[in-house]
Amino acid sequence: MLGLGKKDTTLLLIVAALVVFAPFILNPFPGGSGMAQFNAGYPDLMQRFVIFGIFAIGFNILFGLTGYLSFGHAAFLGVGSYSAVWMFKLLSMNVLPAILLAVVFSGLFALLIGYISLRRSGIYFSILTLAFAQMCYALAYSVLTPITGGETGLQLAQDDPRILDAARDSGNLPVPGLFGLEMRSTADLVLGDWVFTFSAGYYFCAVVMLISFYMAIRIFRSPFGMMLRAIKSNQHRLNYTGLNARPYTLAAFVISGMYAGLAGGLMASMDPLAGAERMFWTASGEVVLMTILGGVGTLIGPVLGAGLIKYMENILSKINGDILHSWFAFLPDGLEDFIVTIVYPFIGKGWHLTLGLMFMAVVIFLPGGLVEAGQRIARAVRGRRSDDRKSATTEPAE
Amino acid sequence: MDAIILQILNGLDKGSAYALIALGLTLIFGTLGVVNFAHGALFMIGAFCAVTLSRILTFSHTIIDESRTDFLGNPLKVQVPYVQDFFGEAAGATIIDWAVPLSILFAIPVMILVGVVMERGLIKHFYKRPHADQILVTFGLAIVLQEIIKYFFGANPIPTPAPDAFRGSFDFGVLLGFEANQIIYPYWRLVYFAFAAVIIGGVFAFLQFTTFGMVVRAGMADRETVQLLGINIDKRFTIMFGVAAAVAGLAGVMYVPINPPNYHMGMDFLVLSFVVVVVGGMGSLPGAVLAGFLLGILESFASMKEVIDLVPGINQIIIYLVAILILLTRPRGLMGRKGVMED
Repeated sequence: MLGLGKKDTTLLLIVAALVVFAPFILNPFPGGSGMAQFNAGYPDLMQRFVIFGIFAIGFNILFGLTGYLSFGHAAFLGVGSYSAVWMFKLLSMNVLPAILLAVVFSGLFALLIGYISLRRSGIYFSILTLAFAQMCYALAYSVLTPITGGETGLQLAQDDPRILDAARDSGNLPVPGLFGLEMRSTADLVLGDWVFTFSAGYYFCAVVMLISFYMAIRIFRSPFGMMLRAIKSNQHRLNYTGLNARPYTLAAFVISGMYAGLAGGLMASMDPLAGAERMFWTASGEVVLMTILGGVGTLIGPVLGAGLIKYMENILSKINGDILHSWFAFLPDGLEDFIVTIVYPFIGKGWHLTLGLMFMAVVIFLPGGLVEAGQRIARAVRGRRSDDRKSATTEPAE
Repeated sequence: MDAIILQILNGLDKGSAYALIALGLTLIFGTLGVVNFAHGALFMIGAFCAVTLSRILTFSHTIIDESRTDFLGNPLKVQVPYVQDFFGEAAGATIIDWAVPLSILFAIPVMILVGVVMERGLIKHFYKRPHADQILVTFGLAIVLQEIIKYFFGANPIPTPAPDAFRGSFDFGVLLGFEANQIIYPYWRLVYFAFAAVIIGGVFAFLQFTTFGMVVRAGMADRETVQLLGINIDKRFTIMFGVAAAVAGLAGVMYVPINPPNYHMGMDFLVLSFVVVVVGGMGSLPGAVLAGFLLGILESFASMKEVIDLVPGINQIIIYLVAILILLTRPRGLMGRKGVMED
């Protein structure tokens, strides 16, 4: 289907199904019950899942395929956000031109930065991209305030020109939409204790995410993707065969920059705001964490990693001491306090500690991330059933 | 002229911190070949050693002073640090006042221990893995260390003052024959610079004039041959990791009065220190020190009003700009050696 192999089609269909039914899947616990805090099926968080999924898919095209570790990818996300908001201010509240401009601008930006940074490789490349991103951050905060809004961030205003939109007489700020369908509009479905929320913004992001996922699969399977893998495994050998690796790495860099810009544009479409902190280097570090945690160089890994980190950030960080006490209330008092004292540093405000430990464990024991863990489990289960199929499992199941 | 001297002086303290951290980073990279993203966290742990010691020293019990009363007429409760009980009132107060310099003694063993544990427990297993993996695992470690510190000390900066003797500023211009009040410079920054110079000198002397240092240098040049000579170079490199950690930690201890430490100060310095290392040349110790001071001074020049008027925003980006220029024109950095991290 669509020029994909059988395996890839299955993968795409599974991801599509997961994304479409996410409001159900992520809402397994009835509202009002003690477990309801683990529900992630509200629009804001689901949008973040898919947007950061796009960001990580794009990052993986660069890092996973070519092995170039960029520590400055958040800069493109920021550029995408800023250009989308400017489009809202100047042209129209329709999200399509905004996202288009975000992708184009971040692509051009990536072309410029990539052209310079890709002269070096290894850690030098990481430092160069980091330096560029920090420069963008510092400039967006200070000198470029007329364009970026500085510390307050770039916001919509009542008197923006918006030349394509009809004049508004209401006093409210306009909201981004797709030909009249407001991004923030939602529909609720009540089934017994469960309330499922379907948001227009989420489904718009989901469609964009599926398209970008499909394109990532095509890139992975194309001769171009093969070339990028060759760069990762041995660039010298590639040079000796008379090929110049630079155009390929630069193309990969620009593509992944455009993915980041797309994510930034979507972010601005969901909430028309753009701030410099999106470009700070910790944001670049976050996408590295997502990709590694999920599985570098695999198709589904970055999406899983992005989902996991965003889930932890929003759900784990909400658990506080009282909730912990109520969980362990069945234990004797002394034991309860003891366990709560041990668990407490890892949740709530301390969720970064859990994240850091998890990330270290993955890098040390599971360099392939969650995908490798899944493969190992699958192999163990299959191995118990039949030993003669061992050879079939050695091919990577991306 | 006086403005220029003032800016050089202002650049020195930041430059000293950059130089010390970059020195440790280079030491680790040159000996073990590991890119240590957790080095900023070591700087931060050093700073919190000073905070810890000053808290231990001010650990106090409450007594009721019958001779004084509060505004309600009740006897006044007075906090008396245990140190004052042990050493007498005046001596105790002096000890508390000198908490930050005293932390040096406290921080050295702690930092060496932290460094050795880190190397033996984690970094050792990453020698054979690609640099990207080393960056990632130490990045994870930095997050963990940072969060642990945050858990114990909170997220807010903790002001810890310098000893009374070093508070205030002194008129540096008078020494050079300028008019009074032209070049005012805080004492503690001068102390910091002198301290950094001593540490840097100490590390170089240690490597240059001791047998241990000679072996380490030989190991940096050709690890295999040194091992073939029957020398346990791994053990020495582990100790060097401890030394590098101690250098970063001491840089952090003494930086406390300049900038109240918070849990992410390490990361802020780390990014810049990496830039410093790359500018100086990966694996070159003199390069790291030179680039540290150079970039520190450049940064303070770029924040002069005249320069900012000329090129707005230059003070924010000067370091990165210089790094990009150097990397593109002199790929090995200012004093980089051939064959280090070439591919």
